Amino acid sequence: MNSFKKNLLKKRYNAERRFQWYGKIAIGLALSFLAVFMFQIFSKGYSAFQKTWIVTEVHYDKELLLIDAESPSKDDLENADYYDVAYKAMTSLDTGLPEEEDRQLIQMVSYKYEAEVKDLLLKNPDFLGKIVPIKLTASDDVDQVHKGNYPRDIPEKNRRVNDYQLQIYDMLNERGDILSEFNISFFTSPDSREAELAGIASSFMGTVFSILVCLAFSFPVAVLAAIYLEEFAPKNKFTDFIEVNINNLAAVPSIVFGLLGLGVLLAVFNLPRSTPLVGGITLSLMTLPTIIIAARASLKAVPPSIREAALAMGASNMQTTMHHTVPLSMPGTLSGTIIGLAQALGETAPLILIGMVAFVNTIPGTPVDPAASLPVQIYIWSESAERGFVEKVSACIMVLLAFLILMNLAAQIVRHKFEKKWS
Amino acid sequence: MNLILVTFIILLAFTSYYFGRKKALVIQSSQRLTALPKFYGYYLAAWCAAPALIIFALWSVFEPSIVKTFILQDYTDQNLTKNELQLIYTKVKALAAGTYTGDITNFLDESANKYIQLKGIANSAKVAIILAILIFSLSFAYRSVQKNDRMREPVEIFLKWVLFVASLGAVLVTIGIVFSLLFEAIRFFQAVKIFDFIFGTHWYPAKTFVRDGQPDPELMKDAFGAVPLFAGTFFIAFIAMCVAIPIGLLSGIYLSEYAGRGIRKYAKPIIEILAGIPTVVYGFFAALTVGPFVKEIGNAMGLEVSAESALAAGAVMGVMIIPFISSLSDDVMTAVPQNLRDGSYAMGATKSETVKKVIFPAALPGIVGSILLAVSRAVGETMIVVMASGLAANLTMNPLESTSTITAQIVVILIGDQQFGDPKTQSAFALGISLFIVTLLLNVIALSVVKKYREKYE
Repeated sequence: MNSFKKNLLKKRYNAERRFQWYGKIAIGLALSFLAVFMFQIFSKGYSAFQKTWIVTEVHYDKELLLIDAESPSKDDLENADYYDVAYKAMTSLDTGLPEEEDRQLIQMVSYKYEAEVKDLLLKNPDFLGKIVPIKLTASDDVDQVHKGNYPRDIPEKNRRVNDYQLQIYDMLNERGDILSEFNISFFTSPDSREAELAGIASSFMGTVFSILVCLAFSFPVAVLAAIYLEEFAPKNKFTDFIEVNINNLAAVPSIVFGLLGLGVLLAVFNLPRSTPLVGGITLSLMTLPTIIIAARASLKAVPPSIREAALAMGASNMQTTMHHTVPLSMPGTLSGTIIGLAQALGETAPLILIGMVAFVNTIPGTPVDPAASLPVQIYIWSESAERGFVEKVSACIMVLLAFLILMNLAAQIVRHKFEKKWS
Repeated sequence: MNLILVTFIILLAFTSYYFGRKKALVIQSSQRLTALPKFYGYYLAAWCAAPALIIFALWSVFEPSIVKTFILQDYTDQNLTKNELQLIYTKVKALAAGTYTGDITNFLDESANKYIQLKGIANSAKVAIILAILIFSLSFAYRSVQKNDRMREPVEIFLKWVLFVASLGAVLVTIGIVFSLLFEAIRFFQAVKIFDFIFGTHWYPAKTFVRDGQPDPELMKDAFGAVPLFAGTFFIAFIAMCVAIPIGLLSGIYLSEYAGRGIRKYAKPIIEILAGIPTVVYGFFAALTVGPFVKEIGNAMGLEVSAESALAAGAVMGVMIIPFISSLSDDVMTAVPQNLRDGSYAMGATKSETVKKVIFPAALPGIVGSILLAVSRAVGETMIVVMASGLAANLTMNPLESTSTITAQIVVILIGDQQFGDPKTQSAFALGISLFIVTLLLNVIALSVVKKYREKYE
């Protein structure tokens, strides 16, 4: 072999190796995007599962509470005036401060601190007249300082926590009066304008209701449609048209379904705005083609021998389908349905259009109460300027992703556990 | 009222099922049954529920508009426009429901009374008609049960119709989309010339907002030019494809031609996770991490970068789209027949030469199809753009500036309370229909290309 040929061969082998590396790099890039992404979300969000409390002492002074009765009833405690008692509980942390600057201390706890003071006494009526320790929800800014998310070295006027508050915080922290506990209220309380009080309960229920409504509307229609198209439809222009229609519908951008919900469900049928009912119906229109396609695929996978056997035994076409083909196709249909619902679960744009972005600070009890949904909550919070919402958004994303992973796992399990393997 | 009626019909259907089955057992004692006993039940139940529910649905759809015509008949001599009539009707309805807060004129009061009266008549008529139909259809069905007619066929034919109607559901959704978009869009194009919309270069709908009264037609002409949006949409989609095509295609090639079964089994589903992450999550990521990152790099290089740049949104969108291209191109390349590969190897080609010169050209139609589907996906993507690329519609080709897209503008216009009948609201539907047409075209082309390709090799 002469050297020219050798060189050429070497060149070709180098090109071969390079090409393989391009592929490896591409896959590596795709995987590292995913890794960076997950890392970002987790590193930003895990701290939202911790809640910061400030421990102080409260004196349930009967005079300040304006309670006259000797042995006050529950109603008396309910109607007492907690303003001064709560105020004193915070301001007693530093008695050296001039009165007009007291607000600086009050700003260190959430604005609902008065209610927290009240709740403690209502739970323990025998605290009346005593001095007891109390945990108050720290304000968003103190919370962020405690979690180390807030740089302390920027100039004071650019900081939401001033030097004095930092000093008090350091003092409390040294005494061990700043507590970090698992943030239950993130899961049990509705949305709030204050980051330290905001929770996902309202949007979580909104999501659950929308998904249930979506399932109730899309599953029956989709399965029946799939059965017709796969088992009964004559092969003609019209069924071809339906088929093309379904395939194209599956690729229509989700925001168009939002416009449909707005233009038809809200404007023509006058369904209640901002509710999971409308949201669920809109999403069900979107998942309809997905489920139909999955159901048809799994009906197609049932071997013809099953049908032939049933027909040979004298079953009618309808009986063959309903008693044999459909039950055998159910695992595939169900897992397709779950995947379709998981897609619907992450949808945001159509829900925004039908008004599910309204600020809802109550937990919806029925599908016709106004609600947000988890993805919309992510959107609402990420539009918010407060720093505390960044970790809330990340935590909300983690909950949403966990939800999606569970659903996809369920789909996998349904498929692998119950699906019959033919062949 | 409606709920009670529907519950009643459904309960009656259930009872008639059990009744029919029992009747079949009685018949059995004297003569041979024509079908299993449960079909007697189904037959009765279907005859009970179906006609009554159909009539009920039709009634509910048409009742409001009939009542409306009756009420507005009194106003025909006043020469009112359509909008004014609509307003009067809303007032009358509110007054009848006791929620009206404005001034009550005698005329309105009369209409409200008439409305309540009409509603009452309509309600009792509805109940009477439905009861009559129930009695009629049940007695008809019962007679054929008594005669012991064939029971299974009619039930199965009925079921088949139910299935057929369900399959119309998907068509109905499409019709709903087209009509709801068209209806509002046509009204928009009555106010704004279609020419100004398609070729205008200024998009600034907020300008036309005028409290009480008609906006200035000159302003309208200049406020709804959608060119910046079309350009922004395709520009961001282009950036996204610049990220997604190389990575997706090379990944697809590696997965189909080089990777062992082990790698393929795990790498493919993991990459597909990227497509399963909700877009709002990508939007947050783009706005919070990628946007500032791009800005920092740009500033370090001495460039003017806006915090909400088309580049950040496009790049993140590209990452989202990678799996669409990688999985689909992997599938089409795996489907290329083995003998093409064998032929190429027999000629002494290396693997990469085979991929580049034989497999890739053979799989090209399928790959083009997958790319078109990905483009349609990028064009319809909303949340990433809304959150990461700003909302001002600049006509720019600079990836470091912020641009807006069709989808983002729809969200901007329709977020919060909307006033139907306002050209600004209607413009969202006009944008919607252009988006629908573009994605539909892309899909139709992509699907037909892929289908042709499949027919060639399978």
